[in-house]
Amino acid sequence: MNKGKGRKIVNNVIVHVILAILAIIWLFPIFWVIMTSFRKERGAYTSYFFPKQLTFDNYIKLFTDTGMINFPRMFLNTLIISIFSCLVSTIFVLSTSYCMSRLRFKLRKPFMNLAMILGLFPAFMSMVAVYFILKAFGLTEGNMLRVALVLIYSAGSGTGFYIAKGFFDTVPKSLTEAAILDGCTQFQVFYKIICPLSQPIIVYTVLTSFLAPWLDFVFVKVIVGAKDEYWTVSLGLYNMLEREFIYKWYTPWAAAAVLVSIPISILFIIMQRYYVDGLSGAVKG
Amino acid sequence: MSRAKKKSEFATPYTFKNAITKGNIFTKLSALVMGLGNMANKQIVKGLLFLAIEVGYIIFMATKGLYYIKMFPSLGWKKQGEVWNEKLQVYEYSAGDNSVLLLLYGVVTIAITVLFIYFWLENLKSAYMTQCMKEENAHIPNFREEVYDLFDKNLHRTLMFLPFTGILIFTILPLLFMIAMAFTNYSVVGEHLVLFDWVGLKNFKTVLGIGGKLGKTFWPVLGWTLIWAFFATFLNFFLGMILAIVINRKETKGKAFWRFCFVLSIAVPQFVSLLIMRTMLQPEGAINNLLVNAGIINKALPFWTNATWARVSVILINCWIGIPYTMLQITGVLQNVPVELYEAAKIDGANPVQIYFKITLPYIMFIMGPYVITQFTGNINNFNVIFLLSAGQPTPVGRTAGKTDLLVTWLYNLTVKYQYYNLGAVIGILTFIVLSIVALVTYRNTASYKDEEGFQ
Repeated sequence: MNKGKGRKIVNNVIVHVILAILAIIWLFPIFWVIMTSFRKERGAYTSYFFPKQLTFDNYIKLFTDTGMINFPRMFLNTLIISIFSCLVSTIFVLSTSYCMSRLRFKLRKPFMNLAMILGLFPAFMSMVAVYFILKAFGLTEGNMLRVALVLIYSAGSGTGFYIAKGFFDTVPKSLTEAAILDGCTQFQVFYKIICPLSQPIIVYTVLTSFLAPWLDFVFVKVIVGAKDEYWTVSLGLYNMLEREFIYKWYTPWAAAAVLVSIPISILFIIMQRYYVDGLSGAVKG
Repeated sequence: MSRAKKKSEFATPYTFKNAITKGNIFTKLSALVMGLGNMANKQIVKGLLFLAIEVGYIIFMATKGLYYIKMFPSLGWKKQGEVWNEKLQVYEYSAGDNSVLLLLYGVVTIAITVLFIYFWLENLKSAYMTQCMKEENAHIPNFREEVYDLFDKNLHRTLMFLPFTGILIFTILPLLFMIAMAFTNYSVVGEHLVLFDWVGLKNFKTVLGIGGKLGKTFWPVLGWTLIWAFFATFLNFFLGMILAIVINRKETKGKAFWRFCFVLSIAVPQFVSLLIMRTMLQPEGAINNLLVNAGIINKALPFWTNATWARVSVILINCWIGIPYTMLQITGVLQNVPVELYEAAKIDGANPVQIYFKITLPYIMFIMGPYVITQFTGNINNFNVIFLLSAGQPTPVGRTAGKTDLLVTWLYNLTVKYQYYNLGAVIGILTFIVLSIVALVTYRNTASYKDEEGFQ
């Protein structure tokens, strides 16, 4: 008995040590970028790891030196685009997921197969065509570029229903059947029963769609290109590391990376709590 | 067996064939004047909607559609002209044909026609249905009732309408357009950027040809893409699963803290972390500095300049990015495993290993099966990781693809950098073929596809 307990303790210690090492590996790059953002010495690379002098100048530069690279505007652009595309795609994804999971109609299986087939084409492949379509709608000039980006991130989102559908599938059927017997319409079942029960998956959907514009950069690069007025954070940050900017903008780039990450991390961790808590609190069959 | 069953599940007597053979005069005339059958049976609004679709289609075809259909086989031939105007003493430009636009609008017109045919069939079926209802003296739903049904019996139409329109315009149409492009000579070669022609399967031969320069690029890129996707997906999944299970163990202390550590790395936008990683692994970057200063190595490790190093680096960095995601997902699933299953297994005397293989793993696979496959296909198309980390480097001299280039990043190079639009489209189609072979087989074999109600 005692021996078994001893082995258990040793096992536990090993597990915790491994977890600690892994955590350090995972946190190291984040630590490094924070350090770089406070580095006073300019330039891309230094021959030492810890900065010699610490300063806030990099952060101040981001908000004051807006002539060449306008960080506040990039941030605002991305925020606006991601809020709208998040709204649209959340509605799209939840609607299709509910249809795929709970409703039975003729085109259901064909649609599921279609969505799968579409997912197999490289998203970038149709970029040139999407550009021409947006142009035909007059969305590639001026302020309409933002609308174009919202559409790009959200319009096709209906095909990404797998995760949410998988979740809806686990909500017991007896529950929805009872509601229909009580006179609920299918739509009421959707927003009165499935949606409240599916808080975690809704949060997950909101999160993934909100993050898309912050993460993507190839679509912005093709659609917006050199019009720096409409740059999103990702394109702007990428361009800061281009040859002509890198010496002057390397440490401000790290500062920008930190500033972008903070709100997203906070949001992410709040949502993450929803995700885990919600799942464990879901109705069991 | 299952197919026959499926068919009968949704079969109605209101088919196109029945409408044409058994329909009355109004139903048959609906083939010419859409909505007539509905209007004759007091479904005025629905009938008018059908009629509006028909009128709209005719106007579109008369003004634009027919021209695009006519131009589709040739894709235009008129060059942009330059004519000297004596009176005004200037050169005047006469508009030439633009093959890209003609191709795009041709595809759009065909798509609109297909949609119209769908509505035309629906119109006939609907007309026949109201006719039958009238004959049986059944209650014919009025417009308000039909709208009500859109939120109940026909909810899928309401919910699917906008998402499907979005998919149609921003996914399906562009794809058809690009597929068509693969059969043309739209590329910088021979100055075919404005006017181009159909060339049949020539582009496929160029890319697949083993002897040719492009063929020599294609096959190695394909091989690396598959290796990458395999390691990127399965390393992420299994390591992420192990991590989730280890953290989720009853004995592990500070679960929230560990999760927080790993989640923090995905909370940082992937874009940022990829760029951080790229700069850290540069010859003068942080990692090399650290190792040199510690005296472990003498000169910088060739993370991005040596092909093998670069390949291993991108796979490992992808793990760094992907494992926390998998961990998060699986943590959620683990906490949702029905407790009864565990209790029953314990009563039956199952040990932890048995419980894992008989309950936990099947449950994870049930929920995560489609996720793994989407991850695999996603990795084959993983543009961001490769482009932002190595940008395909190192590239052998004279090649259009580097050693870490995937098919997608190669596609990007071919279209954006070199303007070989037709070859890019061919690569896209070939990627699709590779993926569909992988995915159709595996997806159809996952438990959640075969037996959707398995855990309900």
